[in-house]
Amino acid sequence: MKTANIKTMNNITLDKARKGNLITIVNLPGGEINAQLIRIGISEGETLLCLQRLPGGTIILQKNRQEIAVGYDLAKKIKIILP
Amino acid sequence: MKSDNIININPRLSNVVTDINHFRNEKVVLVGNPNVGKSCVFNYLSGKYVDVSNYPGTTVSITRCNYNGKKIYDTPGIYGVSSFNEEEKVARDIILESDVVINVVNALHLERDLFLTLQLIDMGKKVSLILNFADEIKKRKIKIDTKKLSDLLGIDVYETAAVDKVGLDQIDNAIENARVGNQQLDLHFLMQQYIDEGIPQAEALLILEGDEFTTSKYNKPINKDDREKIYITRRNRVNEIIDIVEHEDSRKGEISNLLGRMSLNPITGIPILFFILTLVYFFIGDFISQRVVDFTENTVGVGIVEYNVKSFVSNFASSIIDVEILDKNGNLVDKKIYNFPDGMRVNPELKSDFEKFSSQPGALTKFHFSNPIAKLFFGEFGVITMTTTYLFFLLLPLVIGFYFVMALLEDSGYLPRLATMLDRTFNKIGLNGKAVIPIILGFGCITMANITTRLLDSEREKSIATAILQFVIPCSAQLAVITVLLSGAGVGPLLIFIGVIGSVLIILSTVLNKLIPGQSSPLLIDLPIMRIPKLTNVFKKMAYRTYGFMKEAGFWFFVGALAVGLMDITGLLLVWQDILAPLTTHWLKLPKEAANAFVMGMVRRDFGAAGLFTLDLSIMQITVAIITITLFTPCIASFVVMLKERGWKEGITIWLGTWVTAFFIGGLVAQFIV
Ligand SMILES: Nc1nc2c(ncn2[C@@H]2O[C@H](COP(=O)(O)OP(=O)(O)OP(=O)(O)O)[C@@H](O)[C@H]2O)c(=O)[nH]1
Ligand SMILES: [Mg+2]
Repeated sequence: MKTANIKTMNNITLDKARKGNLITIVNLPGGEINAQLIRIGISEGETLLCLQRLPGGTIILQKNRQEIAVGYDLAKKIKIILP
Repeated sequence: MKSDNIININPRLSNVVTDINHFRNEKVVLVGNPNVGKSCVFNYLSGKYVDVSNYPGTTVSITRCNYNGKKIYDTPGIYGVSSFNEEEKVARDIILESDVVINVVNALHLERDLFLTLQLIDMGKKVSLILNFADEIKKRKIKIDTKKLSDLLGIDVYETAAVDKVGLDQIDNAIENARVGNQQLDLHFLMQQYIDEGIPQAEALLILEGDEFTTSKYNKPINKDDREKIYITRRNRVNEIIDIVEHEDSRKGEISNLLGRMSLNPITGIPILFFILTLVYFFIGDFISQRVVDFTENTVGVGIVEYNVKSFVSNFASSIIDVEILDKNGNLVDKKIYNFPDGMRVNPELKSDFEKFSSQPGALTKFHFSNPIAKLFFGEFGVITMTTTYLFFLLLPLVIGFYFVMALLEDSGYLPRLATMLDRTFNKIGLNGKAVIPIILGFGCITMANITTRLLDSEREKSIATAILQFVIPCSAQLAVITVLLSGAGVGPLLIFIGVIGSVLIILSTVLNKLIPGQSSPLLIDLPIMRIPKLTNVFKKMAYRTYGFMKEAGFWFFVGALAVGLMDITGLLLVWQDILAPLTTHWLKLPKEAANAFVMGMVRRDFGAAGLFTLDLSIMQITVAIITITLFTPCIASFVVMLKERGWKEGITIWLGTWVTAFFIGGLVAQFIV
């Protein structure tokens, strides 16, 4: 039941990503933080690897050789799709 | 690659008159993302030392040096030119003023770093690119076509490995050949209207990008949507360039950063954390603050230096000297009181008896001077004697130990990972994970931890962290005394102690989180690669920081000691004791003399706790007393540093707050358990 839900509900937020997921960014939270995300390499349409999801929802993303930690509150506001 | 969109425009080159004097005073600014090696390059050029470490945000202000008649500036790392935080503002101003920008990039993270490069080029600055970390790309078999990169950007590209000083001899060429690169054409058209008004191109770009500072400077409308559009276009341009110039033999992203990954995996990360904490505890909490400091402070500082200085002063000043002889367990075996009303010098017989008696092993000598000047400078709180002992024989070893551990941690790349692991926990108290760094340091020394709060993002977070440090975190010296007092008392008192202090921490941070307007900044941190610290870097950093700390703390310590000394000789210290007495006996249910502990506690918190040894207290009274002392204000040094870091208003508020909280909570606990 649960897995079926996730499959159909493709459009989720980053905090829901699991370790090993390849995720594509759909929508950034808006405001000043967007500029900071885009600069560091997290922009809409970008595909990244979820390297680790810590208990509590802090997400570690990998983009090529770069590893970026995103706090839970921020991850909650970033919309992604799982392919 | 939409190369039709990019054209080499060189609007200012025709205006540049080749004036030798102009080039003599050229401002050359090292710019780049955090942690790319700018400070390494700067140290090479200047022969000076600025901090180099393996986490983003090491450099927080501008440093300048002269190099071949040019001025070179080291700047804080930034991801782009804008005004999001203090470091960006500082860097923005110096970039706007610069003649030449040396853009240092980390070849491993070219994709991230070129964003800033393109922005600098779009600003119309004369730029050269330093492709640093060349050693790492070789090791990882990554190929970067520097020729093509140089063509696409329209500027020179130089490969270097700054830690090993490889390729840094090309810096002269880089400065000489810096030039305006290939700018994005449509941006240039948009900027033209501002440039026509006489606004420099760099600032015209910032206006287009909706930079608050620049738009308000020229009174232009802010359009934040434009910023995002420009940023996205720029990011796409970077991605296109990367596709062309970068090739990796191994599959992308497959790099060995095993330790880094392990320290972030909860299953392996938590044991790693405990292992590191245990090591740090044994090194600082046990080795340095117990063994080393016991030797330097008591044996060298008090036993040799103070004893000799004070004996010398006693030759000339009227003094009463208590000498106690203690056995190994601290029991009194013998005691003599010497009285020299006209100074030791006039009574050679008694003097030699004193010298013989006080040089026995286990001798504890206390000098009491009646002359106010002698008392002020050489008495119990003597400005000269106390300052020397504290500064050189207590603080110095601790400071060296701390800076050593900090340098190791900083160079390893572990700190940003620790911050990431603990982020959620810290969110609950209005902070983000980065706050773990000053708070961990606080268990060693609050004074130094106060300085480390600088690495937090907002004033709000700095305030909360500073308050937590002053209110609830016991420093290593104090922890040692608490351990001794509670040993043999069973787990009950220990649990009460931890429970009460923990509750205060939670209540305090929750209240501050509600009270201080704003929100904590979300964690968004770039994790550097983990690696074995470079010992030369570690020792160099330790030495420079220790020197800097001593230079700064020395003066303030002297001022603090002078203040307490004046209180002592004017009798104010005794008055204070009497004022506190009713509170001590009725509310805290402790004997009147326990008030001494709170007077002493202002100088050093562990002194306060140590003052309890001599009193005859029940276990529960001891529990109340150590709770009160822990919540009580930290030592003078940390108070002074806090005032410097956080300003008078906040500093005094926190300081008074610790008084109120300490007595309120201590008394409250006393009502239940004593
Ligand atoms: N492997 C390798 N490491 C380097 C190189 N250059 C610098 N480093 C290391 O990279 C880290 C960052 O160096 P810094 O000079 O502090 O970097 P920065 O750009 O000044 O950093 P911020 O002040 O935080 O912006 C340090 O641990 C250096 O030892 C290099 O060419 N190769
Ligand atoms: Mg630096």
